[in-house]
Amino acid sequence: MLDLMSGFIVELRNAGLPVSLTENLDAMEAVKHIPIEDRSAFKYALGATLVKNASHWRAFETVFEVYFSMRGPQYRLPDAEELSEDELERWMQQQMEGMRDRSGGSGDDMSPEELAEMLYRALMRGDEAMTRAMARAAVGKYAGMEPGRPVGGTYYLYRTLRNLDLDSLLEKLMEETEAEAPAPLTDLERRLEREEFESRIDHLKQEIEAEIRRRLVADRGVEAMAKTLRKPLPEDVDFMHASREEMVAIRKAIQPLTRKLAARLARKRRNKRRGPLDFRSTVRASLSYGGVPADPRFRYPRPHKPELIVVADISGSVAAFARFTLHLVYALQGQFSKVRSFVFIDGIDEVTHMFRGQEDITKAVHRVNTEADVVWVDGHSDYGHAFEVFWDRWSSEVNPKSTVIFLGDARNNYHSTNSWVLKEAAKKARHVFWLNPEPRSYWDTGDSVISEYGTYCDGVFECRNLRQLESFVDHLA
Amino acid sequence: MSDHRFGDVASVRDELKEVEYLADEGIASVVFLADRLQKPILVEGPAGTGKTQLAKSVAEMTGARLIRLQCYEGLDEAKALYEWNYKKQLLRIQAEKASDDGSTDWDQLHDDLFSDEFLMTRPLLEAIRAEDPVVLLIDEIDRVEVETEALLLEILSDYQVSIPELGTMEARQIPLVFLTSNNTRELSEALKRRCLFLHIDYPQMDREKEIVLTKVEGISENLADQVARIVRSIRQIELKKAPSVSETLDWARTLVLLGIESIDAEQARETLHILLKYQTDIEKAAKELAVEAR
Ligand SMILES: Nc1ncnc2c1ncn2[C@@H]1O[C@H](COP(=O)(O)OP(=O)(O)OP(=O)(O)O)[C@@H](O)[C@H]1O
Ligand SMILES: [Mg+2]
Repeated sequence: MLDLMSGFIVELRNAGLPVSLTENLDAMEAVKHIPIEDRSAFKYALGATLVKNASHWRAFETVFEVYFSMRGPQYRLPDAEELSEDELERWMQQQMEGMRDRSGGSGDDMSPEELAEMLYRALMRGDEAMTRAMARAAVGKYAGMEPGRPVGGTYYLYRTLRNLDLDSLLEKLMEETEAEAPAPLTDLERRLEREEFESRIDHLKQEIEAEIRRRLVADRGVEAMAKTLRKPLPEDVDFMHASREEMVAIRKAIQPLTRKLAARLARKRRNKRRGPLDFRSTVRASLSYGGVPADPRFRYPRPHKPELIVVADISGSVAAFARFTLHLVYALQGQFSKVRSFVFIDGIDEVTHMFRGQEDITKAVHRVNTEADVVWVDGHSDYGHAFEVFWDRWSSEVNPKSTVIFLGDARNNYHSTNSWVLKEAAKKARHVFWLNPEPRSYWDTGDSVISEYGTYCDGVFECRNLRQLESFVDHLA
Repeated sequence: MSDHRFGDVASVRDELKEVEYLADEGIASVVFLADRLQKPILVEGPAGTGKTQLAKSVAEMTGARLIRLQCYEGLDEAKALYEWNYKKQLLRIQAEKASDDGSTDWDQLHDDLFSDEFLMTRPLLEAIRAEDPVVLLIDEIDRVEVETEALLLEILSDYQVSIPELGTMEARQIPLVFLTSNNTRELSEALKRRCLFLHIDYPQMDREKEIVLTKVEGISENLADQVARIVRSIRQIELKKAPSVSETLDWARTLVLLGIESIDAEQARETLHILLKYQTDIEKAAKELAVEAR
C-alpha cells in the first residue's frame, strides 16, 4: 500500500497538482480508515486530503482511475505490499487474460443485435448495473484491443462508439417514449426526456472510457498509462493549442477567476483601513502610565484606477487568447475607470459598444467575432496597417492616464511594421504593454516582429495560459 | 478505539438522512474521515448548495451544540477568539487608585485583571473550552482578510488557543470543525493544508429530487421529479447565476402552494423569477424552455 500511495502521489505531482508533505501524510493516514474495496469512498477520502482546488479534481480523478482501477473487488485485489515487481507484472498479465476471457464470455457470445438490444433496454430503464455490463461487453466486442499495440485510448473509444451508433440509439429511445406516452408529449416534456437519455448516454460513455482505461493499464502498466493520460490543469492549458474540451474547461475556470481577481483588486485598492483600537495594549499601557495614549493612524492615498485601451489581434490561432483576455478585462470592468477595446486583423474596428450594457460577456465576445469590421484586404494579419489606422483615428484617446495593451503574436506576414505607432503611444500613454500568446522561444522567428514592437513597450509578457493572464492582470491594477 | 462518532461511511449517510440532510458519497466520506483524522473540513462550492446546512445537520445528528462564527470583513481576534473586558478592567484600576494608600500590589492587580473574571469568550474560544460536545462552524471564511486567517491556524491544527496572560488552553474534547467558503478569494495554503477539502456542487438530479421530497411538505413524487429535471435543464444553460438548492426548494414550495400537480412550460415560465435572480437569466431560460433541446 505504501508503494502504491507514493507512486500515486508522484504521479499527481507529475500532473501538476501541488501536494505538500502534510497532505501526503494525511492521505497515508486516511487510507487506514477506509477500505480500498470501497472504491468511491476511498477516492473521496484521498481527494479530500490531496486536492484543495476544485478545478484540479478532474486531473485527480484521472490519475486515481489509472492507479486504482485494477484494484476493485472484481479484480481479486492482491495485497500490493506483499507483491514484488515481478509478481505484480504477472498479476497484471493474468488480469489482462482474465479480461479477455470475460469479454469472450460476455461480448463475443452476443451478436451485435443482441448487444444493441440489451444496451437499449438498459438505457431505457436507466439500469446502471446493466449499462456498466454493456459498456464492458461493447469494449470487448468492438474496441479490438490487443496487448502491446501502441494506440491511444481515444482510438479504441472511437471504434467502440462508432459501432454503437449512439445518435440513432437516442432517437430510437425518444421514439419509443413518444409512442408509449399516454398523451402526446409537450415540447417541455420532450426536452426533459431527451436530457434524461442524454445523461444516461453520457454515463455509458464514461463507463466505456473507464473500461478501456482499465484494459490499457493492465496492458501497459500504471506509470506508462498515467503518463499518456497526463493533461494540463485548466489554468495551464495553452490558449493556442486548446482542444474543444479544454476550451470549455478554461471558460469555466474564468468565472471564479474573475471573482477572485475582482475581490483581490478591490481589496488592494481600498484604503488600508484604520485597525480597531487595541484594547489590550490600552489597558496595559494604562497600568504603567495611568493614562491612555492616543494612537496615531496613517491614511494611505487612494491609488486611482487605470484607464485601459486594449488593442487585440483576433485572427485565427490567437483568437481564443484575445477572446479570453477581453472576457477577463470586461468582467473586471469595475476595477478600471474606463475600458475601450479595438480588434484587428488587417483592418481595425472599435468594439467597446458591444460590451456596453451587455451583461452577458460571452454574447459580447461572440458579437465581436462576428460583427467587427476587421478585414481590410485579405483577412491576413497586417499589424502595420491596423496600427496606422488606429493611430489616425483614435490617437486622441490615448492620454497620460491610459494604459495601452496590445494583444497578439506579432506575426505580421512580412508587412511593414509601422512600429512608430507604438513609439508615439508610449510617449502619450502612462504605460504600454504587450501580451504574446506564443512561447517565448518562438518570438522573432519567421515573421514574428515582437522585439521591434517590444522596444517601445514598458513590458512584453508571455501569456499562454490563464495562470499567466491572471498574474498580468493582477499586476496591472 | 471506541470514541469515534461513526462506524462507517454508510452510517454517516444514513444518520444524516434521518435529520433530513441528503448527502452524497463524497460528503459522507469526508465527514467520516474528519472524525477519524480529527481534522477540520473546508467546504467550498456555489451558493445555496447546503454547505452551512451540513454543519448544522451534523451537529443535530451527533447531538452536539452548534457554535457558529460568522465571518465578515474586518473580523478580528476580539470578535473571534476572546476579548478582555476592558471597561471592567478600567473600573477595577480606578477603584484601586481611589483607595490607593500605597499598599496596592500592582503585580497582583495585573494578575487579577487578566483572569477568567475579565475574559469574554468568543466563538472559537468557546468551542475550545466547551465541556459538552460541540460542532464548530466557521462560516464564510473567505470574507475575512488573509491575515486574519492566521488567528485560526492554531485552533485548526492543535485544537488549542494561546492567551498570553493565561497560557495555552487545550480543547477538552476535539470538536468537529466546518469552515465554509464561497471561494471569493484564494485561501492561504497554510489554512488549506490543515483541512480536509470538500467541494459541494449542485446535486445530481436524483439527489436533488430526494432533497425536494424530504423538505417540501405535500409535494408529490411526480412534481418533485419534474422540478428536479427542469432545474437540471436550466443549469445546463449558461447563466449569470444558476439556481441553487434553496431556490429549487423555494420554487417547489411555490408550485405546491399554487396547487400545481404537473408543470407545463407556461407555468414554468411564469414562476421562473423564483428560481432565477437576474432578468437576463430569466429571459434566457424562458426562451430555452420554450424550445426542444437541440
Ligand atoms: N443535501 C441537502 N439536504 C437537505 N437540504 C439541503 C441540502 N442541500 C441544501 N439544502 C437546503 O438548501 C438550503 C441552502 O443551504 P445552505 O444555506 O446550507 O447553503 P450554503 O451552501 O451554505 O449557501 P451560501 O453559500 O449561500 O451560504 C437550506 O435550506 C438547506 O436546508
Ligand atoms: Mg452558507
